[in-house]
Amino acid sequence: MSKDTIVAHTISVLVANEPGILARVVGLFSGRGYNIESLTVAETNAQESQSRITIVTKGTPMIIEQIKAQLDRLVPVYRVRDLTVEGPHIERELALVKVKGVGEKRVEALRLADVFRAKVIDAKSDSFVFEVTGNTDKVQTFVGLMENLGLVDVVRTGIVAMSRGGEAL
Amino acid sequence: MKPEESATTGADLLVKALIDEEVEVVFGYPGGAVLPIYDSLFKQNRLRHVLVRHEQAAVHAAEGYARSTGKVGVVLVTSGPGATNAVTGLTDALMDSIPIVCLTGQVPTHLIGNDAFQEADTTGITRPCTKHNYLVKSVGDLARSVHEAFYVARSGRPGPVVIDLPKDVLMNKHEYVAPPKVAVTHKSYRPQTQPDPKKIEQAIEMIAGAKRPVFYAGGGIINAGPKASKLLTQFVHLTGYPVTNTLMGLGSFPASDKQFLGMLGMHGTYEANLAMHGCDVMINIGARFDDRITGNLTKFSPGSKKIHVDIDPSSINKNVRVDLAIVGDAGIVLEELVKAWKAKQPKVDQKALKAWWAQIDTWRARNCLAYKPNNKVIKPQFALERLYHHIKDKDHYITTEVGQHQMWAAQFLKFEQPNRWMTSGGLGTMGYGFPAALGVQIAHPEALVIDVAGEASILMNIQELSTAAQYRLPVKIFVLNNHYMGMVRQWQELLHGGRYSESYSESLPDFVKVADAFGARGLRCEDPDKLDDTIKEMIELKHPVIVDVIVDEKENCFPMIPSGAAHNEMLLGPDDKQSAKVSEEGMVLV
Repeated sequence: MSKDTIVAHTISVLVANEPGILARVVGLFSGRGYNIESLTVAETNAQESQSRITIVTKGTPMIIEQIKAQLDRLVPVYRVRDLTVEGPHIERELALVKVKGVGEKRVEALRLADVFRAKVIDAKSDSFVFEVTGNTDKVQTFVGLMENLGLVDVVRTGIVAMSRGGEAL
Repeated sequence: MKPEESATTGADLLVKALIDEEVEVVFGYPGGAVLPIYDSLFKQNRLRHVLVRHEQAAVHAAEGYARSTGKVGVVLVTSGPGATNAVTGLTDALMDSIPIVCLTGQVPTHLIGNDAFQEADTTGITRPCTKHNYLVKSVGDLARSVHEAFYVARSGRPGPVVIDLPKDVLMNKHEYVAPPKVAVTHKSYRPQTQPDPKKIEQAIEMIAGAKRPVFYAGGGIINAGPKASKLLTQFVHLTGYPVTNTLMGLGSFPASDKQFLGMLGMHGTYEANLAMHGCDVMINIGARFDDRITGNLTKFSPGSKKIHVDIDPSSINKNVRVDLAIVGDAGIVLEELVKAWKAKQPKVDQKALKAWWAQIDTWRARNCLAYKPNNKVIKPQFALERLYHHIKDKDHYITTEVGQHQMWAAQFLKFEQPNRWMTSGGLGTMGYGFPAALGVQIAHPEALVIDVAGEASILMNIQELSTAAQYRLPVKIFVLNNHYMGMVRQWQELLHGGRYSESYSESLPDFVKVADAFGARGLRCEDPDKLDDTIKEMIELKHPVIVDVIVDEKENCFPMIPSGAAHNEMLLGPDDKQSAKVSEEGMVLV
């Protein structure tokens, strides 16, 4: 891989769940001109008051190395792991997809939802809200298919990711 | 004792915590939100408060105090404008890795977010310009936050830490929490100070195998304490290799030592920069490959293997890819290197080293700091040479403002010890030097403290003459007055066709009268023959002094690596100017 190749990396960051921590992380990215493709954050250990942030970012290998070192330098950061380079991992995201329509289009939407194992979580006589989970590709494909079938609204969580196997972060 | 009986106000707890952290002096400026703290300060006499005249100066004074002592500098300012005025100082301390704890007042917790009088989002504003910051929302967290802040500020790569203190937190009561007896172990923040032993071995091998080596030592050595400077000197002597210092590293190796090549970088010496360009092994200890050092990155030291010792992993491979990275405290790493070198007694290629020194001596023979003497007008270089002549045997400390005078001071004053040279390297803050000098003088009351200044920079914090007068701080301000923002003028001359847009220092005050008005002493010198007498008079005066040295307006600072150029493309003097072609890419750079 050339040193100028831009690659997407999924980075997992374990942080102290304290006020301002997200602003610190986001401010670091904007202040140093890095990209955020996707970002998710929530408390994962209430007892220890820890949150896990999953960031998908893009950059040359040198930039990615910088991003990780800069994140690790923040005082409330426990650990930074680059899932993309540290062996196999799984990525998932969840989307809510609202589709409005009647007749054949409505039936087709329901049929495709079945294929994608999307759940119906709200139904009206002329609309559905589907919940679909999977990797980014799958979610994107499903949303794309709904475009012709009355898509009116989409909301996505962004990626959460974890390494395969029995090891913790 | 019941908890209620031992409970005291947040403000009293804060003062107690500062005393427990061995704070002796606080640089500050009062205001509504910090009144309870000022009341607590009033009721005790362990902590000394120094009243500055602008909050920016409070931070610079604390920086001068910190950098000349190795202790944490402490600042106390009020909410809103007090905090925003401190931002330049905080950014300066962050860039130069100076340990500072800055206490800022805040509106009471129930008013936060309501656009209250003198409210500012201090933690929001200071997040990118501090190492860490705290908003203390409950008096129960106060003492612990203060102890943690001191630990964060001084450990690892040092830096500024802000503690934002809402007024109600300062007035509520709680019991005191003493600092932890054993060294703090923070739950998430664990700086790595001990190097990997395997890497020490690899480093020794690389260093011993070098044919054209150079040590490149920076501010990290100063921050690692005076012992680190001794170890650097010892290691450099053991190897017999040449050494150069960054602007921030001056004093970490004795300038008079024959193995010293002088400062490197944009205005560094010819021999230092060419040694960096031509070396085969570069040993960077506590420096960060700053753009003022490297020049054009693609042409930076193309043939060398590079070793980089830094306590901050984010400094490694940031600008320059290195072959061996050692994360650790510069002092500890040097100790390990010295130990390993002595144990192994490696064979150095003496023939190659001799040839390398011979090469370096031919570069030295160019005498790159030479200037054309003049007996009519004072050359700024001459002024600094004479200044150094008169102070070198005295216990002295130097601070500077930012610009040509700063670079000349770095070139012409010689630093034999660490912690003697205070300058704004990373941020390049005009107005830094004078308040920094006040902080140095507070820490070293008997020493000779000199701020080498320009006539433009000194105006940026001139109000501190009032502080100097109040505390009888006999700081000497040595103004090299060329009636220009000299470095701006120099760049306009070299890069913008001599169009001196807004760089002329118009309507300057009479500095002698300014000094007089503030209760200081003012001297002026325009004649090279009278300079020695003026400097002697300055040194003998037991007052704050401004010396207005009228120097050659057109003098430029050489040598110089034009922006976008490489180390081997230096301009050595005004005669090189014509041949200098600054590329379009270079024009974009600062």
